[in-house]
Amino acid sequence: MRRSGLQRVGLRFVALAYLALILVGPLAIVFWRTFEDGFEPAWNALTTPDTIHAFKLTLIITAIAVPVNTVFGIVCALAIVRRSFRGKGFLNAFIDLPLALSPVVVGLSLFLLYGQEGWFGSWLSDHGIDVLFALPAMVIATIFVSLPFVAREVVPTLREIGDEQEQAARTLGAGSWQTFWRITLPSIHWAVIYGVILTTARCLGEYGAVAVVSGRIQGQTETATLRVQESYESLDLAGAYAISIVLASMAIFVLVAFTVVRPREETA
Amino acid sequence: MSILVCNVSKRFGDFVVLDDVSLDVESGSLTALLGPSGSGKSTLLRIIAGLETADAGEILLSGKDATALAPQKRNVGFVFQHYAAFKHMTVRQNIAFGLRVRKRPKAEIREHVDELLHLVQLQSLGDRYPSQLSGGQRQRMGLARALAPEPQVLLLDEPFGALDARVRAELREWLRQLHDVVSVTTVFVTHDQEEAMEISDQIAVLNHGRLEQVGAPRELYDEPVSEFVMTFVGDANHLGGVLVRPHDIELWNEPSGDALEAMIVRVTVLGRDVKVELHDGAGAEIVALLTRDQFDEGGFWRGQTVWVSPQRERIFAEAG
Repeated sequence: MRRSGLQRVGLRFVALAYLALILVGPLAIVFWRTFEDGFEPAWNALTTPDTIHAFKLTLIITAIAVPVNTVFGIVCALAIVRRSFRGKGFLNAFIDLPLALSPVVVGLSLFLLYGQEGWFGSWLSDHGIDVLFALPAMVIATIFVSLPFVAREVVPTLREIGDEQEQAARTLGAGSWQTFWRITLPSIHWAVIYGVILTTARCLGEYGAVAVVSGRIQGQTETATLRVQESYESLDLAGAYAISIVLASMAIFVLVAFTVVRPREETA
Repeated sequence: MSILVCNVSKRFGDFVVLDDVSLDVESGSLTALLGPSGSGKSTLLRIIAGLETADAGEILLSGKDATALAPQKRNVGFVFQHYAAFKHMTVRQNIAFGLRVRKRPKAEIREHVDELLHLVQLQSLGDRYPSQLSGGQRQRMGLARALAPEPQVLLLDEPFGALDARVRAELREWLRQLHDVVSVTTVFVTHDQEEAMEISDQIAVLNHGRLEQVGAPRELYDEPVSEFVMTFVGDANHLGGVLVRPHDIELWNEPSGDALEAMIVRVTVLGRDVKVELHDGAGAEIVALLTRDQFDEGGFWRGQTVWVSPQRERIFAEAG
């Protein structure tokens, strides 16, 4: 069925108008407000020690959470698609839990586990390990909320490519490790990259769970997103906007980079 | 290089795929596993390759027990119906795969891949990707890839099933020639009896997970042990409770002995042979194959009433 020219233009207009209203508009306003008074105030707000520390912390957490979730996501996807075992349905459903659960609830549950009254809390504090209000809890919270993305991207691709190529590799003498590196990974690498990008974006932007478990100590356990909230609450709007811009730019950069690098056949 | 399948059984849930199958494949031979879909022939091939495990029974390769061996340790070449081409690799890289995982020297790999490209007539297409090849070319690549590590046995799972009739006939002929050159022990799965008859030294007929008969193509045709084999390998008529091959039917212009009365409904001249289709009194269809001489001598014509008798007939104790 071919659509008439008018219909096509109409559809395009509706889609673009909707995107503009929902996505581009608010983002543009943030950009505009940041540079309203020139470049100087924004730069000053970004270079305060607390803000720099907040960005560093966000990057450290992301740098730990993304590789962990990439490996976990690929292993889970392989288990779900290629193996049959008891509890597979449970695993499949469990992976989606972070999408359904509010991050605040995740933060609270970590509180219950690692707090003074929690299951592991007293044992950990007896051994001098700080989890809550420190990097470990923030990393765990971030890993939890960004857990599903790699697995969710890889599962359909694994299903689509089937396991015949892997079987062929086995009959040709490749062990399971060689088969994974030479056959499986090259076949799913775009899905993995896309999953990594989504995971990265989610980690950079995580707020709720980290807000609960970090204690929000300025210059210590404050991430970039927490810093935005902090600046906003202390009426440092220039600072809040400037940090937001950097966060938004990072996200836009990775998405655009992916679209450019991704081969044409994959989008067809 | 020989393959011995001993009392292999396999179930998927309640469904019995293979029921106590034993088969002896001689070194250097070309054997067909022939049967209708669901007969278990592909599963048997996959068990030989180690891609599937048997519930019971043993697999011996070159006399050594391989039942518990992982597929990558069996040194078998496997060709898949849908090619299983490595899509992210060129034709050369596909063929080189088995040599690269064995860490052979680069120069040796290059030389060997060149030879194989020549053997499967893909010399000019070495740098293409599988998506740029036709089905027939992809399957030739699959064959070269399977042959590259010099396997003990070559296993082909309906290798020509996804190709059109012309390419299929070509590749079939070519596989036979290739086997004469490479002479690796070869087992291939097919549901096409003509394909099996044309190229194999030995045919194993499977039905409902059971091995019905193993033998040379001619043996199966001339001496089928069951009604299934008789009807699956070649054509057969039911004639008054017995089974008769179309060319074993005689037509008479007059009643003779206990010949059956039938009417000629269609006559087709097939070069040297003439196919005569008849209906007997009960309306059942009979197909007779006469030579031109027999047909012309009898002076038969469409609509004529004739008498039909079997020259050679078979009765099988157990129906089906």
